[in-house]
Amino acid sequence: MSHVPGLIQSIERSSAVLRLLAAGPDRLRVKEVADALGLPKSTAHSILRTLEHVGFVEQDTRTARYRLGRGLLDLGSAGIDANELRGRALNWADALASRSGEEVRLGVLDDGRVLVVHHVFRPDDSAQSLDTGVRLPPHATALGKVLLAYSAAAEASVVAGGLEPYTRRTVTDRRALARTLTETRARGWGLSVEEWRPGLAGIAAPVRTSGGLVVGAVGIAGPVERLTDTRRLARPALVDHVVAAARSISRDVAGS
Amino acid sequence: MSYVLAVDQGTTSTRCILFDRRATVVSAVRTEHPQSYPRPGWVEHDAARIWRDLQRLIRKVLADVDPSEVAAIGIANQRETVVLWDRASGVPVAPAIVWQDTRTDVSTIDPDFVRSRTGLPPATYFSATKIQWLLDNGLRDRAERGDVLFGTMDSWLIWNLTGGLHITDVTNASRTMLMNLSTLDWDDELLQLFGIPRVMLPEIRSSSEVYGTAGAVLPGVPIAAAIGDQQAALFGQTCFEPGEAKCTYGTGGFLLMNTGATPVRSGHGLITTVGYRIGDERPVFALEGSIAIAGSLVQWVRDGLGLIGTASEIETLAGSVADNGGCYIVPAFSGLYAPYWHSEARGVIVGLTSYITKGHLARAVLEATGWQTRDVVDAMNADSGLALTALNVDGGMTADNLLMQIVADFLQVPVVRPMVAETVSLGAAYAAGLAVGYWSDLRDLRANRHSAGRWRPTLDSGRREREYARWRRAIDCAVLFSRED
Repeated sequence: MSHVPGLIQSIERSSAVLRLLAAGPDRLRVKEVADALGLPKSTAHSILRTLEHVGFVEQDTRTARYRLGRGLLDLGSAGIDANELRGRALNWADALASRSGEEVRLGVLDDGRVLVVHHVFRPDDSAQSLDTGVRLPPHATALGKVLLAYSAAAEASVVAGGLEPYTRRTVTDRRALARTLTETRARGWGLSVEEWRPGLAGIAAPVRTSGGLVVGAVGIAGPVERLTDTRRLARPALVDHVVAAARSISRDVAGS
Repeated sequence: MSYVLAVDQGTTSTRCILFDRRATVVSAVRTEHPQSYPRPGWVEHDAARIWRDLQRLIRKVLADVDPSEVAAIGIANQRETVVLWDRASGVPVAPAIVWQDTRTDVSTIDPDFVRSRTGLPPATYFSATKIQWLLDNGLRDRAERGDVLFGTMDSWLIWNLTGGLHITDVTNASRTMLMNLSTLDWDDELLQLFGIPRVMLPEIRSSSEVYGTAGAVLPGVPIAAAIGDQQAALFGQTCFEPGEAKCTYGTGGFLLMNTGATPVRSGHGLITTVGYRIGDERPVFALEGSIAIAGSLVQWVRDGLGLIGTASEIETLAGSVADNGGCYIVPAFSGLYAPYWHSEARGVIVGLTSYITKGHLARAVLEATGWQTRDVVDAMNADSGLALTALNVDGGMTADNLLMQIVADFLQVPVVRPMVAETVSLGAAYAAGLAVGYWSDLRDLRANRHSAGRWRPTLDSGRREREYARWRRAIDCAVLFSRED
């Protein structure tokens, strides 16, 4: 086996496994993959299992043979279905609403907007309606800032589309937005205070799948005075709840 | 006293959850136990293993909590499953026969007699014929001498927790097919019919009272509730008023409606059961109807047809079309249940044209669960004379927003998802907490209730009734197709 120093051997080997599976119509056994590439069987097995975990190969449950996975067909998509994401987030989002006392939303980027894929009511029994399916402006909401912070392409496209002002606090300058996103990445959570609706604030954190890829954002929204202190800074206890919920959801999503 | 400990001993797993006064989950642990299928139709559990699991889980869930901070333990359990054990040694004398097990036969039993005494249509599902089978297979003499004891999982765990208290609660007893619904006691004629000696049966107590205190695992902590899992979900959803109902959506669906102080006899083949009984108050009864195929239809679309990769994708696929395109699926995989009762019926997909895509099929899959819910609710409303005003839902399928909207549209009542998803455990905790004064009364429990989501009906009534008429015709097709040649 040739290996160029400075390159990562396991990625070279994984690529070889994918090319091998793509080369013919036949599904292959672990041993066939190992023999073809001159790898120990245990190594071939670990590579196949990892590729299966990320959706790039699939194993036929009856024959135990491997083939290319559906994940390769839609490499351009987020890699997780929005409804699947909701299913995995359900219990954690409920717990977040219960602990924070605020309403919870889970959002994903969709066509330059934040698509709300899950919404949990504020636990105070006031009249509320579900806004799953609603689209929010990414530059003006905490959910959106988190999603943009981890996607340079989405940031560029949102900036190109124009940063519409919703309140006098909405970030409408591209450099100011870039600074906010850098700050969001640095601390690992996002904040928006009266940038979309007067009187409302939001705190959000990223949901990551395996490898660290951000596939969504989860956050709370509520009155400025409840979410922030007198200096309009996010209340640390609420930030902790949001970040912990995002981590739990990420563990669930990455472990699938 | 800071917490109440709930045990949910279910069919595939056992879980322990610690709740605080606001009904927030403080700590939760679970473990799965193996299912044993020794022959076709047989399903068994190892009761000794389940007890060992429970001891380990209790230690784990209390890792950071002193036992003195636990006000009470409440147990919710898989219903009908039969455990027989040796009175002297406390060791199970046979594998536990699980409720799904169909090794027994009820074809010779007079359905009217059994239904009039128990509220149940004779079925292999309930405990009686399972106990009978075990006695007929070598245990009768020992049982008649009083050396072998029967219990459902609640009894078995309480026996072990207390070191020898032999009791069950009235909701579990109401699922044995041995309890008289009028006296709430074991019925001598039923015992005679099934050949079961009274001496092996536990004493029937209420669902919420202090039965005794736990031994070594949780020294001194009162055991204060036992309640069947579906009834526990009804209680956990705080359905305390007649007409209030909950539906748990899993592989199938379990719909229970509170019918108040008098048992309602069903004219549609629904089950009359005890909902709960608090201390020496009057028992509260419930009607129960089940949806045989709900999540399992989605699993079939995933595993049998390969149309989706994960169960959640059914919603994505169904959301790709605006309606069902005229297509209906009747998932009568093993017959039609309440209110139709055609055990020979088989599933059909009708209304196919070249216009139909997999999106329409996915839509029809979700709608099938919606219509089956409507069928059961209609039967309940007719039997009870009550009208459902909202449906409280729980279970894994409540993550499917489109399904929840469909259910709201088809029932024409709001569908409400509570903040605490673990309604079975919460029900056990509530019943136990009430018995020891941790919570003061039902109003105190109601105050903990918050909705996490609510779906309002939006479908116009004309369209709904046209669609419903087509669903009924699809049902007719399923029955027609399976008619004998």
